[in-house]
Amino acid sequence: MGPEEDRQLIVDTLKKKKGKTKFYLKDFNKIFPDRKPREVKKLVNKMVTEGTLEYWSSGSTTLIGLKGAGKQHDTEEEDE
Amino acid sequence: MTRHKTPLLDELEKGNWPSFVSDMKQEAEAREKTDVDLQTPKECVEDLLGLLELTYVDKVVHWKHGGIVGVFGYGGGVIGRYCDQPEEFPGVRDFHTMRVNQPSSKFYSSEYLRQICELWERRGSGLTNMHGSTGDIILLGTTTPQLEEVFWELTHNLDQDLGGSGSNLRTPSCCIGKARCEFACYDTQAICTAFTMEYQDELHRPAFPYKFKFKFDGCPNGCVAAIARADMSIIGTWRDDIRIDQEAVKAYVGGEIKPNGGAHSGRDWGGFDIQKEVIDLCPTECMSWDGKKLGIYNKECNRCMHCINVMPRALRIGEDTGASILFGAKAPILEGAQMSTLTVPFMKIEEPYEELKDLVEKVWDYWSEEGKNRERLGELIQREGFQKFLEVCELDADPRMIQEPRSNPYIFWKEEDVPGGWDRDINEYRKKHQK
Ligand code: SF4
Ligand code: SF4
Repeated sequence: MGPEEDRQLIVDTLKKKKGKTKFYLKDFNKIFPDRKPREVKKLVNKMVTEGTLEYWSSGSTTLIGLKGAGKQHDTEEEDE
Repeated sequence: MTRHKTPLLDELEKGNWPSFVSDMKQEAEAREKTDVDLQTPKECVEDLLGLLELTYVDKVVHWKHGGIVGVFGYGGGVIGRYCDQPEEFPGVRDFHTMRVNQPSSKFYSSEYLRQICELWERRGSGLTNMHGSTGDIILLGTTTPQLEEVFWELTHNLDQDLGGSGSNLRTPSCCIGKARCEFACYDTQAICTAFTMEYQDELHRPAFPYKFKFKFDGCPNGCVAAIARADMSIIGTWRDDIRIDQEAVKAYVGGEIKPNGGAHSGRDWGGFDIQKEVIDLCPTECMSWDGKKLGIYNKECNRCMHCINVMPRALRIGEDTGASILFGAKAPILEGAQMSTLTVPFMKIEEPYEELKDLVEKVWDYWSEEGKNRERLGELIQREGFQKFLEVCELDADPRMIQEPRSNPYIFWKEEDVPGGWDRDINEYRKKHQK
């Protein structure tokens, strides 16, 4: 898979999740089970810099979502 | 103070101690009168007082949970705070906290402090917290549009970076170390700065299951409390003998030198009694005093620092110095508070710190793969066992890692540790054991 397909796969996977707009980095690792977390992290960071994804934080934990999706200033239910 | 009445907060100004309420009122007044070109609402501190009063009345928090996290390219350093009563308290509609990476050991010039206060008065609330428990300078309260502006000025004019927050490496912190302290077994400031620079990516781009903290204590006195607060605690120690100046010991005993650097001088505590105050308090009972000569059986000494703290002019740390490396301390959330566990009894701490960096990276790889969301390293070690952790670190078990002999009689063998493995020749076995 090339980097463009990787990006598309991430966007599609996140869009498919109903009722949830913010994810742990681990959820991204699950999209690419064969890759090292370090590689996945690099891609995710890149997508944040490019403006596709964005970070959200409670101050202690960081979650990642599609830019502009969901409530920006509020918590969402945790399911783990 | 005209915007909000604060009878409950006013109670906190009574008594003979400093009050953060008085500090806030002072800042509110200063903002009222200032001719600085304020970039954030003039009334933000007054509104913060009003909001806090309402919190005390309602007994619920009026901040929403979480939000914006940083400036462009950063995934930490800003803690987003939005008020849930913006109509009544517009000055704190958005009131984000910024964490600023403190210099190692927190040395500042007065010029620098003036500059940062000036910046924060103009582009923030003027309220600071020097320092937060992680070590950072905490700048309390600014609006969303000011975040990038503050960051630009910090990095371009003050040569200062944001610190860590969220699932990041948090801003490393160290004791004052060799800058002022004769007990420092390694240069805590040098390694703290080196690790901050080396791990910029981990500091600014959240990729861990949860927070991770390095803390560097120069000796077991633990001035940054590494053992209680850091996922990785680097605590100075030595492996040769405590250096003894017998003449100085006599001078302490004779009352010529004050014990504990004169710290107990406020009251008459009586003369110095070396037997009672040093020998009998040695936790490993490895000291002796025969009236003329002080003896230390160094093999038993556990470097608790007590005798050295009492008689610093007579006793000095050894010369072959380095650090013990411990992992897994944390404050309570899931399982309660936990101290770090000794993992490497002794390591030399010298630039470029390759051995330590290797260890850090092994541990991070393990935790990133195996750690659950919001599981601190110490919890992972507890869940999977210390034996597993030693394997990850590629270390052999060592008696110094344990507190007492085991009480659990079961031994967990692995196939590769057993000669011949799990397979056996049943015929050979039957020769000796009947059915
Ligand atoms: S931890 Fe030890 S070396 Fe560091 S400042 Fe405290 S006493 Fe000195
Ligand atoms: S450092 Fe502590 S354990 Fe070692 S000799 Fe002194 S009092 Fe005893």
